Amino acid sequence: MRKKVIFRGVGLPILLLAPQLAVTIIFFLWPAGAAIWQSVLQEDPWGLNSQFVGLRNFQEVLTDPDWRLAAWNTLIFSVAVAGSAMSVALLLAVQADKSIRGANIYKTLLIWPYAVAPAVAAVLWLFLFHPSIGIIGRALNAAGILWDYKLNGTQAMLLVIIAAAWKQVSYNFIFFLAGLQSIPKSVLEAAAIDGARPMRRFWTVVFPLLSPTTFFLLVVNLVYAFFDTFGIIHALTGGGPGKATETLIYKVYVEGVQNTNLGSSAAQSVILMIFVIAVTAVQFRFIERKVHY
Amino acid sequence: MKRRLLTTSALAAALTSRLPRPAAAQGGSGPLEIQFWHGLPKPLGTQLEEIVAAFNESQPRYRVVPNFRGSYSEAMVAAIAAFRANAAPHVVQMYEVGTGTMMAAGRAVKPVHELLAESGVQIDFSDYLPPVRGYYQAADGRQMSMPFNSSTAVLFWNKDHFRKAGLDPEKPPTTWQEVEATARKLKAAGIPNPMSTAWPAWVQVEQMSAIHDVPLATLGNGFGGLGAELRVNNPLMVRHMDNLIAWQREGLFKYGGRDNAGDALFPNGDCSMITASSGIRARITREARFQWGTSMLPYYSDVPGAPRNSIIGGASFWALNRGPQGGRTPEEWKAVAEFYRYISQPEVDAKWHMETGYVPVRRSSYAIAKQKGYYEKNPGAEVPIEQLLRGGETTENTRGIRLGGYVEIRNIMQEEMEKAFQGQQNGKQALDAMVQRANQVLRNFERQHRGR
Repeated sequence: MRKKVIFRGVGLPILLLAPQLAVTIIFFLWPAGAAIWQSVLQEDPWGLNSQFVGLRNFQEVLTDPDWRLAAWNTLIFSVAVAGSAMSVALLLAVQADKSIRGANIYKTLLIWPYAVAPAVAAVLWLFLFHPSIGIIGRALNAAGILWDYKLNGTQAMLLVIIAAAWKQVSYNFIFFLAGLQSIPKSVLEAAAIDGARPMRRFWTVVFPLLSPTTFFLLVVNLVYAFFDTFGIIHALTGGGPGKATETLIYKVYVEGVQNTNLGSSAAQSVILMIFVIAVTAVQFRFIERKVHY
Repeated sequence: MKRRLLTTSALAAALTSRLPRPAAAQGGSGPLEIQFWHGLPKPLGTQLEEIVAAFNESQPRYRVVPNFRGSYSEAMVAAIAAFRANAAPHVVQMYEVGTGTMMAAGRAVKPVHELLAESGVQIDFSDYLPPVRGYYQAADGRQMSMPFNSSTAVLFWNKDHFRKAGLDPEKPPTTWQEVEATARKLKAAGIPNPMSTAWPAWVQVEQMSAIHDVPLATLGNGFGGLGAELRVNNPLMVRHMDNLIAWQREGLFKYGGRDNAGDALFPNGDCSMITASSGIRARITREARFQWGTSMLPYYSDVPGAPRNSIIGGASFWALNRGPQGGRTPEEWKAVAEFYRYISQPEVDAKWHMETGYVPVRRSSYAIAKQKGYYEKNPGAEVPIEQLLRGGETTENTRGIRLGGYVEIRNIMQEEMEKAFQGQQNGKQALDAMVQRANQVLRNFERQHRGR
């Protein structure tokens, strides 16, 4: 028989919920509400001349070719970052999962980059790839490859992708490693006895069993590429050259902080907010049920 | 994971909403406190705070509290957010690109001329260098903000590279025609980067327009009102931009990146000539392991009227109301006026000039530095001042730039130049694109400020 435990009255439960509610209200609902309100206004930076314009800011954002370019950049950037960070991490995790000498040192070293702040990571990569002061950048130019990410948009995008993916490899590595270690050995042994070669064992047994981890990481990586790579882009390219590495989140910053164009910036961040809500909803409603656990 | 996603979306939203609230200015007993936000990192910030400390010691009634608020653009946004939250600082240091935005800020700012008139404090602005005071004046000549750290763009050249190429190391090129010939010789001598530039928009567009006395925008570069339109697609700029693109293709010129990113290319001995802010003088002195010199910006000798004075960069001080409802007492304004008077003193200004490499903003401070033998000990340090004073009074085209949303417009200029240097467009197309995109920004700014 099931016994329902219910609080009497509302005082205590509200008190117990209060910290979480306060955090949610102060750090989520309030700023989100302010952004939504701001997004329907046309204002000078000082807020002295404010006018309600309805959805005009949204309409202007969505028809702005620069915004569409940023959306396209974001798509390429996110897919590339998530894809490369996850595949490299999976490869490393599979290797680290084998019984090799010094496995612990190897694992620890692989986790280090996660502790590096984005801006610092960017500076490290800058020192490697700067065409005139970077070691690799100079080597590339000396080898006859015209390398100048300050002028070549494709190279700039490549560089920010590498730097952003590099930082995320460690995080993915930890999760993949944990995922690999939770796969029962008996399953693998059974497959081996059936005569499956290591590659086949990996793709038919290990990879499907890793799918919950993979899916979780995919969402986390996409969100990372969308929102947490601002520091790297800011320090490496500043969105340039031209607008070649300007992603949506970077454009929100440029519009709001550099150009003090609050209405448009707020409209853009509301669009991003809708996107995140949609991703979360999709994840909880549909996909998580279908992923094999 | 849910929590993670929620936090991230909250962060995205928070990015555009208000920044943390600053501590409100406090009254109470003791000296009246004046909040002062600046955007100078160390070591310049420390030197600025020393001046503030000296002011505090010079009198007992007021105490200016300096506060470093990150870069200029961060300080600007922080001040705007604070103003909206009714907790603005009394004084904020604002870079010259933000001037147009500040001028249009209406009752958010307290103009210098009003401050002085109401508090009875006197500052002799006629002693200020014309391009310095003019940049921060209303069209009718009333002083709006308090000029402080100012610089201009000059040419630095590497004498060792010149020797290597068989050029006279004491004779820098003065015209663009000579720059081209010099760069070709340097390249022939095996130097990979004969010429580069820092601040591409400020130097190659704004300064070029000024020294050739060509308008950058209509209505006197925007001094005449918010209806101004960018006009950089003129024959001179098309010629210059096409030259830069051609030189870049030929390997005579190398693009050094946006804003101050190009600065590093000169002190490390990479490029032979660079057009950069006179403010990097201290850095070159510290880092360069070669002989170098300072010279005025090159110009096209066949343009009638050229060369004129260059324009300034740097920052000025703006007095702010506390919030949309005003909220300052006459005593607070008086304190700000006294602070301004203190920093305007030629001795203070000359000391700042000699210690930092910014130009003196007053003729009498320039005289003090001369008298102390500063320019004999630091050859080339007077070049930026002479260039600012060249041609006497400023013209409509050399006074400065007064365009709203100018931070964005400068970025547009840099973006279009980058596209041109990538070979995606020629000079005319780049300049046309700048004009078209900048005018959108200007119209948007005008719309935001309509009905004031």
